Amino acid sequence: MMSATTSQPVQRESWDGDVPASGRLLQPGLDVTHGQILYLDDISVSFDGFRALNRLSLSIAVGELRCIIGPNGAGKTTMMDVITGKTRADSGSAFFGQTINLAQHSEAEIAQLGIGRKFQKPTVFEAMTVQENLELALAGPRSVWASLRARLTGQQRDRIEELLTLIRLGEQRARLAGLLSHGQKQWLEIGMLLAQEPQLLLLDEPVAGMTDAETEKTAELLLTLQGQHSLMVVEHDMDFIASIAGKVTVLAEGAVLAEGTLAQVQADERVIEVYLGR
Amino acid sequence: MQTSLSLRLATRLGPQPLKLAGAAALAVLLAMPALHLWTDPASSLHVSAYTLTLVGKILCYAIVALAMDLVWGYTGLLSLGHGLFFALGGYGMGMYLMRAIGHDGNYQSDLPDFMVFLDWKSLPWFWQGSEHLAWALCLAVGVPGLLALVFGWLAFRSRIKGVYFSIMTQALTYAAMLLFFRNETGFGGNNGFTDFKRILGYGIAAPGTRATLFLLTVLLLVAALAAGFWLVHSKFGRILTAIRDAESRLMFCGYNPLYYKLFIWVASAMLCGLAGALYVPQVGIINPGEMSPANSIEIAIWVAVGGRGSLIGPVLGAGFINAAKSWFTVAFPEYWLFFLGALFIATTLFLPRGLLGLLRSHKENA
Repeated sequence: MMSATTSQPVQRESWDGDVPASGRLLQPGLDVTHGQILYLDDISVSFDGFRALNRLSLSIAVGELRCIIGPNGAGKTTMMDVITGKTRADSGSAFFGQTINLAQHSEAEIAQLGIGRKFQKPTVFEAMTVQENLELALAGPRSVWASLRARLTGQQRDRIEELLTLIRLGEQRARLAGLLSHGQKQWLEIGMLLAQEPQLLLLDEPVAGMTDAETEKTAELLLTLQGQHSLMVVEHDMDFIASIAGKVTVLAEGAVLAEGTLAQVQADERVIEVYLGR
Repeated sequence: MQTSLSLRLATRLGPQPLKLAGAAALAVLLAMPALHLWTDPASSLHVSAYTLTLVGKILCYAIVALAMDLVWGYTGLLSLGHGLFFALGGYGMGMYLMRAIGHDGNYQSDLPDFMVFLDWKSLPWFWQGSEHLAWALCLAVGVPGLLALVFGWLAFRSRIKGVYFSIMTQALTYAAMLLFFRNETGFGGNNGFTDFKRILGYGIAAPGTRATLFLLTVLLLVAALAAGFWLVHSKFGRILTAIRDAESRLMFCGYNPLYYKLFIWVASAMLCGLAGALYVPQVGIINPGEMSPANSIEIAIWVAVGGRGSLIGPVLGAGFINAAKSWFTVAFPEYWLFFLGALFIATTLFLPRGLLGLLRSHKENA
């Protein structure tokens, strides 16, 4: 029934901090027994008559690194909005694992369930230091009461050190995040996502505004994350995609136009027509 | 570890001169009631009842400014209705003071004078228990808190932000003012409460009472500063600034901003209520004018002029503007509002961090 690689359901705290142990069928938290972490099924979203998403169906496998490309207005950001609870779908369903219906959760709950999101424009807490940014993002209780009594544990300090090294901001830890370069902010935001220990990361244009060297390092970083995390990356930079992608999905007019390896979609007539150009 | 901790504390407390000035200011404030009580009125060291009341009043304003800054400077919620919470606290205390007049009112009745005037035969239900100071204080803190809770819950749950939030708070205080202007509401209509005689049996204007109320106000301010300091340096405080700077980022980090906003909003309203409760016995009057939109806007100006997003800034701002106001309204009464407006514009243009930004050394940016 279950393949060897996907038979371990990932154990997480459910969002309100309870970990009730119950029968196999009512597994709390994320259930990925079928190997897929995200299912979007027949999702439509309209804004004032404009169909941003048009019966979009898509699924992401556990540990997969998926690239999403498509022209402006194809619905890439709207799709991320639906997954993270910012926008509600008019019809269709979005499931995280087998059991979690994303439509029933708020943004904060979805983040706690294990979906992290990086915005198109890098968004960090500019009035705080790099380290404080990571501290806030660290996985843990999210209640007001807990925040009033919070103290960093040794384990959390180690985790922050690890992340600072990973995102190459160790030297900048005491700087205000607002003073970082654009590329560094992008990294910090990725670091904040990782601090949440999400199962699924949604990255909206992670290398926009980065230098070539920074882009290359980001590609390396994402490749190391693949496997432990599932990633969905929206990008326009085709060289970057070529350097990371296994599977590419092309969106156009709110629906999936093509799916396959980069070479396959680049050869697809329709993709060339709407996106890549002749 | 020891040194690094004290170092961090020192940088957080601000530069040395500012700390010394703070300690000196506290010493002067603590000495004032003593000088009022125990020096000869003819002596140059004597603090007159007028001065003591004026400074006590300004200290109450400073507490309100601090409460305002917690929601505006730190959390980014500009309230233009904070005067309402202050006034409600004042009315809570005023109810007790009215009852404490007893038979010494003009009509020598059990009921407060304005009720006799309205030909009411018995106390309305919401006046029950107001003869006890403890209950009146519960009302002074609880009513603003409850109102803030209900209003905040509705506003924050619907994600009302920015200028819309400000306008709604402004409308709220205006509506409350109109309500309190009505005689039938049961709070003395446009005259409000005044002619207080005593508090806990002590004469309301007795030097000892004045000194005690003043001292309590200083203590409340110090306690509010200490609590504020602890709060903004906790993780909770950082979450507040995160709400101010990038609320959606915070949400996608898994925090629900609703409860954080609600907590600080209600705490701020309750602190305003307490300040109002200390204000009314010192100035001897409370009326719906305290709820006028202009008053609430003035609170925002104190904070902006003093320096948003710091704890000392709003205290300085409230002190500076009200001291200027009491001098100006005597010397050039018709020009005060022009001066206030000019000051506000100048601060916005030239002192984005307020007076405190001017005082603080630039070292901390390094």
